[in-house]
Amino acid sequence: MNTAHGIQSAAWLLVALPLFSAAVLLLAGKRADKWAHLVGAAVPVILFIYAVMLFFSVKAESKGNREINLHLYQWIVVGTFKVDAGFLIDPLSMVFVLLITGVGSLIHIYAVGYMAHDPGRRRFFGYFNFFIAVMLLLVLANNYLAMYVGWEGVGLASYLLISFYFDRPTAATAGNKAFFANRVGDVGLSIAIMVMFAYLGSTSYADVLFGNAKLTQGVAAAIGLMLLLAACGKSGQFPLQTWLPDAMEGPTPVSALIHAATMVTAGVYLIARSAPIFDVSQAARTAVVIVGAITLLYGCICAFGQDDLKRVLAYSTVSQIGYMFLAVGLGPGVYAIGIMHLVGHGFFKAALFLSSGSVMHAMNDRIDMRRFGGLWRVMPITYFVFVCGYLAIIGFPLATGFWTKDKIIEAALDKGGTSGWVLGICALAGAGLTAFYMTRALVMTFHGERRWEDDVHPHEAPSSMTLPMIVLGVASLVGGYLLVFGGGFQHWLEPSVGPSVEEGVHTVSPVVLTLLTLVVVALGALGAWVAFGRKPIPITQPVGVSPITTAARRNIYADAFNEAVLQRPGQWLSRALVYFDNRGVDGAVTGLAAGFGGGSARLKRSQTGFVRSYALSMLAGSVAVVAVLLAVRFQ
Amino acid sequence: MHNPALVILVLIPLVGALAVFSLKQEQAKLAKLISLAVSLIVVVYTGALGIAYDVGSQADRFQFRGEWTWIKVFNVQIAVGVDGIALVLVAMSVVLVPAVILASWNAFDSRSGAEEVVLPGAKQRSVKNYFALLLLLEFFMIGVFVATDVFLFYVFFEAMLVPMYFIIGSFGGPRRQYAAMKFFLYSLVGGLLMLASVIGLYVTTGSHSFSITYLIAHPMPDNATQKWLFLGFFIAFAIKAPLVPFHTWLPDAGAEAPAGGAALLVGVLDKVGTFGFLRYCLPLFPAASRYFAPTILILAVIGILYAAFLAIGQRDMKRLVAYTSVAHFGFIGLGIFAFTTQGGTGAVLYMVNHGLSTGALFIVVGLLIARGKSRNVDDYGGAAKVTPILAGLFLLTGLSALALPGMSTFVSEFLVLVGTFTRHKGLAVLATTGIVLAAIYVLYLYQRTFQGPVRESVAKFRDLNAREVFAVAPLIALIIFLGVYPKPVLDVINPAVKATLHDVHQTDPVPQLGTAGGVK
Repeated sequence: MNTAHGIQSAAWLLVALPLFSAAVLLLAGKRADKWAHLVGAAVPVILFIYAVMLFFSVKAESKGNREINLHLYQWIVVGTFKVDAGFLIDPLSMVFVLLITGVGSLIHIYAVGYMAHDPGRRRFFGYFNFFIAVMLLLVLANNYLAMYVGWEGVGLASYLLISFYFDRPTAATAGNKAFFANRVGDVGLSIAIMVMFAYLGSTSYADVLFGNAKLTQGVAAAIGLMLLLAACGKSGQFPLQTWLPDAMEGPTPVSALIHAATMVTAGVYLIARSAPIFDVSQAARTAVVIVGAITLLYGCICAFGQDDLKRVLAYSTVSQIGYMFLAVGLGPGVYAIGIMHLVGHGFFKAALFLSSGSVMHAMNDRIDMRRFGGLWRVMPITYFVFVCGYLAIIGFPLATGFWTKDKIIEAALDKGGTSGWVLGICALAGAGLTAFYMTRALVMTFHGERRWEDDVHPHEAPSSMTLPMIVLGVASLVGGYLLVFGGGFQHWLEPSVGPSVEEGVHTVSPVVLTLLTLVVVALGALGAWVAFGRKPIPITQPVGVSPITTAARRNIYADAFNEAVLQRPGQWLSRALVYFDNRGVDGAVTGLAAGFGGGSARLKRSQTGFVRSYALSMLAGSVAVVAVLLAVRFQ
Repeated sequence: MHNPALVILVLIPLVGALAVFSLKQEQAKLAKLISLAVSLIVVVYTGALGIAYDVGSQADRFQFRGEWTWIKVFNVQIAVGVDGIALVLVAMSVVLVPAVILASWNAFDSRSGAEEVVLPGAKQRSVKNYFALLLLLEFFMIGVFVATDVFLFYVFFEAMLVPMYFIIGSFGGPRRQYAAMKFFLYSLVGGLLMLASVIGLYVTTGSHSFSITYLIAHPMPDNATQKWLFLGFFIAFAIKAPLVPFHTWLPDAGAEAPAGGAALLVGVLDKVGTFGFLRYCLPLFPAASRYFAPTILILAVIGILYAAFLAIGQRDMKRLVAYTSVAHFGFIGLGIFAFTTQGGTGAVLYMVNHGLSTGALFIVVGLLIARGKSRNVDDYGGAAKVTPILAGLFLLTGLSALALPGMSTFVSEFLVLVGTFTRHKGLAVLATTGIVLAAIYVLYLYQRTFQGPVRESVAKFRDLNAREVFAVAPLIALIIFLGVYPKPVLDVINPAVKATLHDVHQTDPVPQLGTAGGVK
């Protein structure tokens, strides 16, 4: 492992600078309101410029020397438990640094316009810069414990931004829900780190992932499963997925940056980063693909039951991250494909969210698709960007998803055996369902008759918003091709996640599979057009629909389940324990104590006798002391 | 050994307390200024001691030792000295005192500063007495940590009750008499048990010495007597700490004490219990400590989960904070009795962090209560819109209570967990689930008080003034600094913990797959 030199030594600024600007924006008070958004938006742009320079500096190293360690200082040293504050700059972290600062810059610029009339704009940019800092820490840390700081930091940023409009009870509750689900994941992360220390004596990537000690199956499975739990919490995967759709309570730039492009993909990062552990444990990998497959279908089904455009996109994110989990769970050789889809998803989902934010902006902050329709004429740029994202996500030929998602379907089938077929068919079905719900969203929002409420007068967004949107829209169209072109991306990642898969025998020939996928996607899109494009959309939700639609609207009863099985019993337990503590424990101990202290009546009486009784007790105590000591002395 | 450094440290607040007591009732303003000045002098003086403390010293476990004969016939000495554990606890305690003084500045002489509705014509409470009691309390708090003579320690341990009894009983909430009495009786029972053990120790060892250094060097033989004596000390400390099931006095005392008093009660006084485990139970009774450790560890884990559920179910904010502390003491107990360097060091750092964090939490809760005149969370809502500074500090303090990574509380909590895990995997995993409950009680409290629509009763709240900000902000700054760079404090604690583990004949388990050191 190389030591950082030259420009690489300044990488700590990637975390320090946005942290500093966040502190300035949050502490400066109202006098900073005039310029806070400009500083806030400038910071990620500066970081992006630096990140590009850093990228070329890493690229200039020979392939075997692209893992660069930047030691900062000793953080915790207790006995053999030694943890450094330090960064690992390697191909994998560079991909994330570029994604975070690049997409982050665009969304920051967009937010300048989007938040222009919000009285909390300074606070917003403070939180947003804080997010950039901790997200970069998450991907750059060179050990699991320092990564944990970033991991929880992004959770805090997410909490703060989901409940940004904290006077809305739904927003406050959604923020809490996100934090709690993340904390459940954190239990997993904590335990995983403890296992690492107990069995391997270290928490650094260098030792745990690339060290000499041989992981046993059991230990690798324990670490892998606990990391998966952590990843599920952060990435909104089954069974910890329900917080993510509610997170749409936050301002739309937050949904785009944190709850689509970057933070929610941290779980995928964690698994890819821990590739050497998952390589050892088949059991852990199996768990990852099962989670991925279930979640990708779950997200698709829920998405078509939603009328709130942002919630459609949120379930879509849940589903797309399911694809990524599926990919990284397939193990050696496929990690890079998962990361590739992650980057592509970062582009097209950000484009979709930003354009839906533009719609929301135009429709007086309303987001019910049943009151949209026919917007393509009045918002052509927004429409264009949304269509770019749409084509990318459904995997229209040559758009991003066509390259990255199809590779995941292919990899799943290539796994071989029954499990390969099951996973492959799940992934394929997901592609069709994705086309179905995305077409439904596109049609309901931009096409058909205008179902606007009387007081809305939609208009195209200002250029500060449309320019970043266009960049992301174009990136969604061509990004995938650039990623797969010549296999460069996969080769780039090899030092971090191991060699990519050999072009070998495929279960289904790639040409056939591509055509099959296109047919499934076309069927999905056509089905949605038949169902929603050809007849008027009712402005209220139809009743008496099929059980599947009802289930999809109610997120397949996941919230109901959590409430019935976790929340309510938890409340009962809490109340029962409060009663027990007041009556049982306190009663027993008070009785006992009162016995010692001279009768329970005295405990209950007030006003008189306390100081006197205290003095009396002290006196008695002192006499006892003296008596005993004397007895000892003269024995 | 007649180093007067620590005696001077102990005497500064005592002199200050006497000076403030001697003022007239009308000189409230002067009393406050003197108290603040004295407490700040103590902070500076302690800082100087910290710099003078030799971290790498191999020579002596205790530094700045001073020993003078007190009661010659029983060989009782006025013996003082600090090891790393005592030093960081003294430092934490003295930092908390000025914060409490600033936070309670107007608590008893202006209606806006009071925590409950002051009826017209109600008797004015003596302002100067309150501040004098705080300084007197500081005198005892420092004394109890620096004493290296068991009898001297016992005297401080018991005498500490007196100022706190009056702080709760005279300056507390509506049920202050009940709470003060309960606090007093519980502590007295514990104290008497300890006294019996102290005497027993003196008698049975045959050494007729109360000197800690002597007793550590000559541990008792492993027999039933050692177990009984251990239990005497242990129960006294467990009540003080408090560990479940000895905890029920704390919610009452914490709720009825004025916020500043509660901050010191929970932040410092309760640490004396866990400090006692480390300083007295482990070194003096090594065999008994090992014998009882499994039971204590189970009680600690029960405490973590049980008290967290109780905290979630509270409506009284101060009771809620008190219950969170009971949960946190579970973590401290866990770390101490796991007998690993990570657990022990984590537990000591936890004591420091918890003092700062819970002290700050009681202070911010007190500031909120002083505005709303109610401890009931249901009387609040939406306050963040009206008082953004208070909301921000409240949230930061709350995040420190739930051990957010990046704050010092995370470092200590994780050290305790990882130190426990290397020896007791199941218990560590159970304890880890407590972090979910911690998030629930903190954020749920924040949601109910500061988020949501602004309630009518809240709309007129005044945001914090500079004095109130200065009471809390330095504590939070310290918590964040120690979270990012805890090493200086860890380096002070480590040797003392190592020595303590040596006393109980325990060494860290080694990694089961060998160390993974060495890079590919």
